[in-house]
Amino acid sequence: MSVLSELSHIHVDKARSAEDRRAQRRAAGRDNKSGYLFLLPWLIGLFVITIGPLIASLYLSFTEYSLIQPPTWIGVDNYLRMLHDARLHNALRVTFTYVIVGVPLQLILALAIAVLLNQGMRGLAFYRSVFYLPSMLGASVAIAVLWRQMFGVDGLFNQVLRLFGFEAKTGWISDPRYALWTIILLHVWTFGSPMVIFLAGLRQIPGMYYEAAAVDGAPRWRRFTKITLPLLSPIIFFNLVLQIIGAFQSFTQAFVVSNGTGGPSDSTMFYTLYLYQRGFGEFEMGYAAAMAWLLVVIVGALTAINFWASKYWVFYDD
Amino acid sequence: MTDLTARTEFEAPPAFDPSGGKVTATPYHRTRGMVRSVVKHLLLLAASLVMIYPLVWMLVSSLRPTDVIFRTPGLWLNDLYVKNYTEGWNALAQPFGHYMINSAIVVIGAIAGNLLSCSLAAYAFARLRFRLKTLWFSIMLVTIMLPFQVVVVPQYILFNQLGWVDTFIPLVLPKFVATDAFFVFLMVQFIRGIPRELDEAARIDGCNHWQIFTRMMIPLMIPALATTAIFTFIWTWSDFFTPLIYLTSPESYTVPVALRSFLDSTSGSNWGAMFAMSIISLVPLFLAFLFGQRFLVKGIATTGGK
Repeated sequence: MSVLSELSHIHVDKARSAEDRRAQRRAAGRDNKSGYLFLLPWLIGLFVITIGPLIASLYLSFTEYSLIQPPTWIGVDNYLRMLHDARLHNALRVTFTYVIVGVPLQLILALAIAVLLNQGMRGLAFYRSVFYLPSMLGASVAIAVLWRQMFGVDGLFNQVLRLFGFEAKTGWISDPRYALWTIILLHVWTFGSPMVIFLAGLRQIPGMYYEAAAVDGAPRWRRFTKITLPLLSPIIFFNLVLQIIGAFQSFTQAFVVSNGTGGPSDSTMFYTLYLYQRGFGEFEMGYAAAMAWLLVVIVGALTAINFWASKYWVFYDD
Repeated sequence: MTDLTARTEFEAPPAFDPSGGKVTATPYHRTRGMVRSVVKHLLLLAASLVMIYPLVWMLVSSLRPTDVIFRTPGLWLNDLYVKNYTEGWNALAQPFGHYMINSAIVVIGAIAGNLLSCSLAAYAFARLRFRLKTLWFSIMLVTIMLPFQVVVVPQYILFNQLGWVDTFIPLVLPKFVATDAFFVFLMVQFIRGIPRELDEAARIDGCNHWQIFTRMMIPLMIPALATTAIFTFIWTWSDFFTPLIYLTSPESYTVPVALRSFLDSTSGSNWGAMFAMSIISLVPLFLAFLFGQRFLVKGIATTGGK
């Protein structure tokens, strides 16, 4: 069970009748003390590190606060400011482009390679390692450094293009038209971790389904769309939701590639990077808190839409 | 998916061949199958090359003078330009080893914190029955998906008021209160795969929950603990945002922040040394991946399944 299916199945635990509920309460009473003792560290974390700050940031979003003087209440001014902040709108556009292009590309590639690898290939372990490795390194500053070199004017990418006779004078990182795309490419490069999840899912599909389809003479593509895709849909859904949430929070690569500026001309100004600049560059903590809440609302809404849409395409066979 | 309990058998049984291995009996089919297989391997090898080439090239380039780096897309090395490493190592206020030690301290603290706090919470969620458990469990699942930016500003203010900015405490302490809820979930999944009869037998023998947890669960949970440790290692080692906001003085920098300040200070002129230090910073990640891959694959399969 993934995080998501757990969440949607959570009501199953509920007792059905009053009698059940009483019995459950009796049984539940048994471990109350130990239960809460074991849970204590997590509960402290939940309230001190998560829920407390969550409420505090909601409050701060209605204030002006620069860390030096106590916060002053300014009502919805931060939110009104967001309506007119052109750089914020640009940051939203950049981030949405990144998510809408990068996430599906990465997942399609992950799925395609996983399906290919699942066909009883020799060297599966080798290929899996090679494809998985970049996703374990991809979040590091070192890889962002490499990307900066690779897509510079005389970087590796242009050098290779020149080998093939192209003129290749574009600085991909320094041209506002392309800078974002190099970071999207970096995201696609890390398709290994969803691929590993797909591979695990593919192995759960009973072989008899394919055997039956083969006996019926179903062509390969048919077998993929009628067996593999439906049975894998919960995992596609899982990857989609988590990758979208993760992609909205991307920070390191844009920060390093643009040297913290989000440039050239704000073309790599990710939402989180702009939030960082406002909050920790300018110490506009109130505005940063408001931005953070907008992010939660956006991510929450997208996740809700995803859950709603999943009714129409995600297939649970249990 | 609770097949994590098969602890010794990490490789799943060979998957059924959907390409129809059983109906390719005729010579025509066999040839076609072979061509298909060769094409597939060529495709995958080409993809592997594209994926890995930049990494290998960076490794090779870290042994070249900067001007050669910018003219040589190939991998042939005429001689080893080790100067990149000695220069890079001493390019910042502290030798690079200093930042590696800082990172190591943070990583070890984070691993210890996650192992301890997440396993406690996971045992409660998976095995104990207590009031409001369903509610807490749902909240835990939601926090996995909560963007951390929404809590980062007040957290910063809190740690700032406690005087903990520019210490490792804000980087390590949250791990001791199970804020990486993803691992709680991973361990819950794992414990669910351990037969309950074992607990019940221990209960009958008079063990209390603490004894069951420490003497029985912990040893049985070692694969899940290993997965947690390795993921924590990789994520904490490359974490950039948290040290960026909390570590203000260069002496306390961790490796990612040090690398980035190096990039800043040379403004991209000494790429050889940059590459050399980048490679050094990747080595621990690579080793963790190399030796921990089976745990990573297994762990990711447990939490990502349907």
